[in-house]
Amino acid sequence: MKDKDLQVHTRLVHSGQDRDPFTGGSSVPIYQASTFAQPDPDHPGAYDYSRSGNPTREALEKSIAELEGGTSGFAFASGMAAISAAFFMLKSGDHLIAPEDVYGGTYRILSTLLKQWGLQTTFVDMTHPERIAQVVLPNTKAIFVETPSNPLLKITDLDTVAAIAREHGLLTIIDNTFPTPFLQRPIEHGFDIVVHSATKFIGGHSDVIAGLAVTRNEELGRRMKAVQNGVGGILGPQDSWIVLRGIRTLAVRMEAQQRAAQTIAEGLAQWPQVLKVHYPGLKDHPGRAINERQSAGPGAVLSFELEDGVAARRALAGVKLCFPGVSLGGVESILSYPAKMSHAVMLPQERHARGISDGLLRLSAGLEDPQDILKDLKQAIGV
Amino acid sequence: MSQRNLKDKKLAVETLLAQAGSDWDKRTGAVSVPIYQTATFGHPELGKSTGFDYSRSSNPTRLVLEETLARFEGGVRGFAFASGLAAIDTIFRLFAPGDSVIVTEDLYGGTHRLLEKVIAPYGVRIIPVDTSDINAVHAAMDPSVKGLFVESLTNPMLRVADLPALGKLAKARGLTFIVDNTFLTPLFLKPFDMGADVTVYSATKFLGGHNDVVAGAVVVKDHDIAEKVAFLQNAVGAVLGPQDAWLVLRGLKTLPLRIHRQAENAVRIAAWLAQHPLVKAVHYPGLSTHPGHARLRSMGFGFGGIVSFEVAEGVSVKDLLARVGVFIFAESLGGVESLITYPTVQTHADIDPARRVRFGINDRLVRLSIGIEDAADLIADLEQALESAR
Repeated sequence: MKDKDLQVHTRLVHSGQDRDPFTGGSSVPIYQASTFAQPDPDHPGAYDYSRSGNPTREALEKSIAELEGGTSGFAFASGMAAISAAFFMLKSGDHLIAPEDVYGGTYRILSTLLKQWGLQTTFVDMTHPERIAQVVLPNTKAIFVETPSNPLLKITDLDTVAAIAREHGLLTIIDNTFPTPFLQRPIEHGFDIVVHSATKFIGGHSDVIAGLAVTRNEELGRRMKAVQNGVGGILGPQDSWIVLRGIRTLAVRMEAQQRAAQTIAEGLAQWPQVLKVHYPGLKDHPGRAINERQSAGPGAVLSFELEDGVAARRALAGVKLCFPGVSLGGVESILSYPAKMSHAVMLPQERHARGISDGLLRLSAGLEDPQDILKDLKQAIGV
Repeated sequence: MSQRNLKDKKLAVETLLAQAGSDWDKRTGAVSVPIYQTATFGHPELGKSTGFDYSRSSNPTRLVLEETLARFEGGVRGFAFASGLAAIDTIFRLFAPGDSVIVTEDLYGGTHRLLEKVIAPYGVRIIPVDTSDINAVHAAMDPSVKGLFVESLTNPMLRVADLPALGKLAKARGLTFIVDNTFLTPLFLKPFDMGADVTVYSATKFLGGHNDVVAGAVVVKDHDIAEKVAFLQNAVGAVLGPQDAWLVLRGLKTLPLRIHRQAENAVRIAAWLAQHPLVKAVHYPGLSTHPGHARLRSMGFGFGGIVSFEVAEGVSVKDLLARVGVFIFAESLGGVESLITYPTVQTHADIDPARRVRFGINDRLVRLSIGIEDAADLIADLEQALESAR
């Protein structure tokens, strides 16, 4: 699938490798092989060892590279392994700028392991891009962005961040997990590296842990490849195949889930018990205009605030249909409690300073009828 | 509901491995642990967990493998990773910038590359030493040294580290002593009995044993280090997926049968090579002429299934690799199929040529990983390939 003129729905179904070149099989075989017979020491075969390259994983890697519009794709053992790999391209003494409400797992690795290893991070509110320029230091090497952010769905202006990065010669890395390339393609806005937790919308069935990365050009691709092969946090062939299978239905899933999220967000906003709904598809969302400019939709994740931790806990305990748990982006609606789940690694005062209150719940809309989800939330919240 | 529980039973290794996971699924009694292809787990209520929240943090299939590895090695906790290098990378993140780690000088090329290109730039100093020579290790010691990373049997020269002496040194100096025991497995060598704190494995090799999965493992002897490794495994996230964890577990069940058979075949093949006029040198610790033979005999329980040899002048390695029919010319080792590997262009290509040659890895050296086929077929295959490569 090389034709860039195809529409995104078509590209999702055919990206990477849509048939097996040997048998014509309509799905790439699962190459559960660690090593590959070599024809000749002077002319190594296309594959030598599955850590370095595996045909099943490569089909997925090609697919995500095409979908994001980059040159090189990489599949990792988890979203965190993909994000770590991007950070491992930096070195001790470097400085990184990251969003203040970054995903808790990313926050954890930046504030513990990478901090200890000499990578310095400044967290800023990226809804005000001018604050990024204010914290650039002589040793700043990269900007890390999430938009919409997790769990407050704040919107960062991609073009402005890319312009700041260009001006200062910085690498731009974006976690594109929430919108996926179906809605948002950051490389088209000048970003250098896109990372994903493919566990979420890309895989889409809550049945696999996986991460992906795409680089803008081949030079960055070579650096990422050196980390992937050198450190070895790769995705296995079975899991690669499952993610690729998920990609085929990404468009239809995301469209339906996004529609459901809009309905649920509008419904929640009517209820007096709900103090605030965060969803870029709502008219009063402060980042709505920017998001509409850079993304084909508001996505399928929203968060909302109840009065306090007691109310949030009651709602979480009361849902019968929503799946109470960690993660998002699956076919089932998932209700999470950021204070105790995705952002539990932050100290309460840090968490509160970032606007993640004890009453905040995050909902990932699934494929169910949104009216059923609203009914479920209604009885759980006690509306 | 099955009530079988092997947890507290004292079992021989063969029994432990053959039965690994057979008591896990209480609901169905399934003899093989289910493949939990799930990313997340429903919570009974807030603040309560089934013990599983999110598969990066812990997955039941992976957990059974990890518990089996820990028990097999005699450690407190095991960890499964996406590859052997992911396991080694995670272990090196126990150290901090400013620390030094003494490592075996003729390390596997992939480990060498990881340390040189990824770990060293973060400020952890890597000191390569001939760890089969305890005096050389003593000479390299300084106050910044915090760890010792040793391959129990080196790749591909099969040098044997003096683990008991290294273990004593590590204890006296308070070093974290890590042993890459990939080539021997806990069946042939028990590093924890010799003072090691951590063992690491490419589980792709003997543990998995079928050349069908890429995986890594770590086993830790004490709780403090286990806590740190658990943190890193979850935070960095280079975990092994459930399908692959299941495949490694499945491989472990036949490890004792496979590795003994591989070692028997290897002895026969090494002895045959040693008397062959077209072979200049054979490296196999099971041969009494091997410099590490007596040491491995005294501290281990077997010599493994890897044999390296140098062809005589006038023999073309290129032709040898082209002519083998039963052996597969491919990277990796430890599987049921016999492989032949050319370290200079494959496993050790990332090492500076001068350095490589100093370790004995010249362009006439090939490495065999002996499988479980009939030894006579393997010998006949090498015989015809050597003859036609002269």
